[in-house]
Amino acid sequence: MYVAVKGGEAAISNAHRLLADRRRGDRSVPAIGLDQIVEQLALGVDRVMSEGSLYDRDLAALAVKQARGDMIEAIFLLRAYRTTLPRFGYTKPIDTEAMLVERRVSATYKDLPGGQLLGPTFDYTHRLLDPQLAEDAPVDEPERREEPGEKIMRVSEILAGEGLIEADGVLPDDHRPGDITREPLEFPMARDTRLQALARGDEGFLLALAYSTQRGYGRSHPFVGEVRIGEVELELEVPELDFAVPLGSIRLTECQMVNQFKGSSKVPPQFTRGYGLVFGQSERKAMAMALCDRSLRAEEFGEDRLAPAQDEEFVISHSDNVQATGFVEHLKLPHYVDFQAELDLVRRMRAEQAEAGEEEGKEAAE
Amino acid sequence: MNIASYNFAYLDEQTKRMIRRAILKAIAIPGYQVPFASREMPMPYGWGTGGVQVTAAIIGPNDVLKVIDQGADDTTNAVSIRAFFQKVANVAVTTKTGDASIIQTRHRIPEKPLGQGQVLVYQVPIPEPLRFLEPRETETRKMHALEEYGLMHVKLYEDIARHGRIATSYAYPVKVEGRYVMDPSPTPKFDNPKMHMSPALQLFGAGREKRIYAVPPFTDVVSLDFEDHPFEIQTFTEPCALCGSTGVYLDEVILDDRGGRMFVCSDTDHCEECRDEH
Repeated sequence: MYVAVKGGEAAISNAHRLLADRRRGDRSVPAIGLDQIVEQLALGVDRVMSEGSLYDRDLAALAVKQARGDMIEAIFLLRAYRTTLPRFGYTKPIDTEAMLVERRVSATYKDLPGGQLLGPTFDYTHRLLDPQLAEDAPVDEPERREEPGEKIMRVSEILAGEGLIEADGVLPDDHRPGDITREPLEFPMARDTRLQALARGDEGFLLALAYSTQRGYGRSHPFVGEVRIGEVELELEVPELDFAVPLGSIRLTECQMVNQFKGSSKVPPQFTRGYGLVFGQSERKAMAMALCDRSLRAEEFGEDRLAPAQDEEFVISHSDNVQATGFVEHLKLPHYVDFQAELDLVRRMRAEQAEAGEEEGKEAAE
Repeated sequence: MNIASYNFAYLDEQTKRMIRRAILKAIAIPGYQVPFASREMPMPYGWGTGGVQVTAAIIGPNDVLKVIDQGADDTTNAVSIRAFFQKVANVAVTTKTGDASIIQTRHRIPEKPLGQGQVLVYQVPIPEPLRFLEPRETETRKMHALEEYGLMHVKLYEDIARHGRIATSYAYPVKVEGRYVMDPSPTPKFDNPKMHMSPALQLFGAGREKRIYAVPPFTDVVSLDFEDHPFEIQTFTEPCALCGSTGVYLDEVILDDRGGRMFVCSDTDHCEECRDEH
């Protein structure tokens, strides 16, 4: 059969062999270890865990290595592994107030209980390339503060005391959390499933949408009430035991965005909130998520929904980069059957048009 | 790190059960799109994850699988999906349409009529026939529920007004059992009549869009049209340059840079069989 793709089997296996070669690169350069990726490319690993929806640094590092540093490919690898894992249960809601905080900043209060902690941030660094990093120059040990040992009050609770900000709300006792990995999405979504979708949404996409709200497409007058990064303990309730079993701790970034709200016929003026929570350390993602969350609550507050960032179907349907990259890139698969059909149609329509043109020409001559 | 081994046909049994439930519902309501909790698969969305999940949910150790893409068994993605099932389910595979119990396809229906007991699994990119008329899922679901398909007829009418004909050559909408308007997946409209009253079970899987739908055996499948503009399929003036078949769908193959080309069967199995007979 005369088809260029004949011999697909051999072509695929050779392509994969070449890929493995290119992934490894120059053999005289030592191979990069997973521990090196975990330790030295930690924020990349965090992003893969966060959008891959699986908290496992080693597996995320393996995915980064296998994907040659292509983040979306790494996220995809991790998701495709995650989906095969059994589900044992759902942990208890985490208590971010009890977070072992490494960084915590508020833009709404100069000082507040628990204080402002800059932590390991790129903020206020001058973005000058550091030639010393090209070599393995020694790095100073960090300054360490004493662990305060007490909970650091979340900034939303400060305003809540006055009733100035919408409360956390309470869930009914029999509330079962939605799970977007086990049930198909349905619009309109509940806020829990919507936040899940945002948490695994593409950082770049959410960033751009969040930015659009700041530039006037669905303005939400935001302030960073608080961003905090640190370790939080996870607990699982096991039916046979009458206490929750600690599973260990995970590192999280939480953002509470405080938004001005002028009130509506239903609700008096008060501050409203957008919420962002992601695995690892990513303020950009957590803040973008919080802005998108608030924008998507427009209907809840009786606001006009005019901007793309306020449109739930638009945002959530297109936020998953694994889906997006798959569908965009599938265009390189063969489409010649459909193209043939279109070719045939265009040829016919052109022939008809040419014929009609000739007829008209004749009529004009007569 | 402890990477577990995979279950028969990749998916765990609970997931398969969930997909089978969706399939049964789809069969019970022909042409209706059943939402299902589509899983991430080890191939990208848009590359047949829906079809692969349907096949994984229905395949058993005694099945014989055929996978085609553009009608051909040897296109790269068909090769890849076939190799996947050989690896994770260790099933027998074939390129012969007549020998297969399950045929997974992208963009074509085999030329050889399918028989009772065979299952044709379609890979579907956009399951919603109304999607390009109305982008919102909340709206299109309502339109299906109310059987409100006027918009689709208006679109087809506008085609005729503008181009003198219905300018849809693939993914041509059909009405199933007189109720639901359904997207036959991007098969050329040439293949639409094969869906009508087919003795085979036809299952459609859309992984990214999380939908499964079905056409049970011996079901009415009617391509939308107008009395004065009846539905018609593509015709080719030449026979296949390799096997001489007529009345089949042909691919155009460019031979050189001087406009030379030939037309050959898109269905490679059909083409080979015809050549063997001669």
